[in-house]
Amino acid sequence: MIIPRLALRNLFGAGLRTWLNVAVLSFAFVAIIWTQGLIEGMNRQIMHDKIDAEYGGGQYWNEHYNPYDPLSLQDAHSKLQKVLQNMANKGQAAPVLILQGTIYPDGRITPVLLKGIDPSQSLLSLPSQFLDQNIEEIPALIGSRMAKNSGLNIGDVFTIQWRDSYGTFDALDARIMQIMNTPVASIDSGQIWIPLKRLQMMAQMEQEATLIVIDKTVMEKTHIPGWTFKTTDFLLSDIKSLVQTKTIGSSIVYVILLFLAMLAIFDTQVLSIFRRRKEMGTLMALGLPRFKVIQLFTLEGAMHGVLAAIIGAIYGIPLLIYFSSKGWAMPESIDSFGFALGKKLFPTYSAGLVIGTTILVLLVTTIVSYLPTRKIAKLKPTDALRGKFS
Amino acid sequence: MILDIRNEDPMENSFLIRTENLVKTYPMGQGKIVALDHVSLSFKKGEFAGLVGPSGSGKTTLLNIIGSLDVPSQGSTLVLGKKIEDLSHKKASELRNNHIGFIFQTFNLLPVYTVFENVEFPLLLQRMTSSERKKKVMEALGWVHLADRTKSKPAQLSGGECQRVAIARAIVKMPEILLADEPTANLDAKNSHHILQTMEDINRELVTTFIFATHDEKVIQYLRRKILLVDGKVARDEVIENPNNKRTVP
Repeated sequence: MIIPRLALRNLFGAGLRTWLNVAVLSFAFVAIIWTQGLIEGMNRQIMHDKIDAEYGGGQYWNEHYNPYDPLSLQDAHSKLQKVLQNMANKGQAAPVLILQGTIYPDGRITPVLLKGIDPSQSLLSLPSQFLDQNIEEIPALIGSRMAKNSGLNIGDVFTIQWRDSYGTFDALDARIMQIMNTPVASIDSGQIWIPLKRLQMMAQMEQEATLIVIDKTVMEKTHIPGWTFKTTDFLLSDIKSLVQTKTIGSSIVYVILLFLAMLAIFDTQVLSIFRRRKEMGTLMALGLPRFKVIQLFTLEGAMHGVLAAIIGAIYGIPLLIYFSSKGWAMPESIDSFGFALGKKLFPTYSAGLVIGTTILVLLVTTIVSYLPTRKIAKLKPTDALRGKFS
Repeated sequence: MILDIRNEDPMENSFLIRTENLVKTYPMGQGKIVALDHVSLSFKKGEFAGLVGPSGSGKTTLLNIIGSLDVPSQGSTLVLGKKIEDLSHKKASELRNNHIGFIFQTFNLLPVYTVFENVEFPLLLQRMTSSERKKKVMEALGWVHLADRTKSKPAQLSGGECQRVAIARAIVKMPEILLADEPTANLDAKNSHHILQTMEDINRELVTTFIFATHDEKVIQYLRRKILLVDGKVARDEVIENPNNKRTVP
């Protein structure tokens, strides 16, 4: 136990030098856990929001429907099978009809997707109840992004043009009943939600839909001819790969932070070994074997990591708890991320993340502490006492 | 494991240290420098001897070999019955830790340790109990009159006080041999004499063998044996009767 004791004594004896290193390292500790927790939290939040507002427990797609090909929409609709209609009647399914259209806010031509949804549905977290209006115009619901891009406000009346199932163009006025704030851009940007029955009538597609969102509680997904069931895993795959890209980006930050902290330790160790050659010679002259001098210096460096973990825990735990409960406010420009993000992100810190980061930092600290100390192995006590290397 | 050389009674012939035809060379460019040239010397228990001579005469080299910090190129060195050239790093460390004390010109105190911790250090390596260590450290500090400065750091001490701490650190483990390399080179005359008187007292009371490497006249005045080294060879080896008579103490 002599070496840990001496290492600790040297560490505390070095005063400011030690505390500066510990401060840098503990900052890296907390920052790594915080950023990784933020990514983890963002990941969960995105999945959660997308499932709540768009995907539910999965979707049945019309066999011709391809979300990446707007031209497919013309043929991507068919009547609901009996089983689907029954589910819709029981509130276990929400049919959505999608059509291409054009709106003319302030005389500007803006292509949009017209989405019909049952105003009484409660399956998706969409304020569709605002569409349940008995007015002359078509009641319309849009998201805040769409409102911002088109300049539309609640109560505004604008013209919608569309083509029905026979290819005939028609147009009617619509009125904005509500502007919804949703973190999910894919149900907002370039989209206008109107009552399903109204859209079916407008398009001459009675009882038809493009896709049907299934409730999360429905476990059995039967095969229905003309419809393909898409699981939430499939629907979230794009988002997952996008998150993966962001994770790689954050991992680079992680590595840079770790590298900076390790550089501080490595630098301290190199400087220590350079400046403390005489001390090493003295230790050897006093009877400390060379391998124990190596152990001592390696442990001194590694203990920076242990101290940093303790200090990091003292200020980091309250800080991380605060952020995970109060959330981290996102700037307005966050929409440019291209996926659902709330106005606040709530970081999630798993035990694996905290323990993994701690072990990794301690391991890397020990390695970078050991690397420069290998030079001591070649050190002759007489040279060390004279303050030079062999 | 700690070497128990004392039990082996290596001093059948009463010599603590014996060097035979000791040669030490250092490579220098294509050639080599001869630091020690066939040096044969013996030291008995309780000697107060000095290796004197100009710079580069081989004093420190000989001291380092005796202290098992270095090995000879040729010849043999027997210290407490152990052949220095045959010792592993670990065995040499054990020999130093248990039987040899060092005093350096620049004190070589550990800067982040207090006076107490510096003196305690050799005992920590001997795995002594805390109470034993404390007792021995206070005894050693008593010898050098620094028992009231236990909590000071080396930076808070004068040069003379630092060297006294170094002496305490060297004697705390009660070594048979104490090697002092230019111990007064960084001290003024008054402090030098204090230090030397302390060493003389320790030598007399504890029968510790002192070997100095020095060219300082102040130290030479105290020596009871003076070995003059010139160009790595023993030029003269003389015993001084009553060194006290020749002293000029400030």
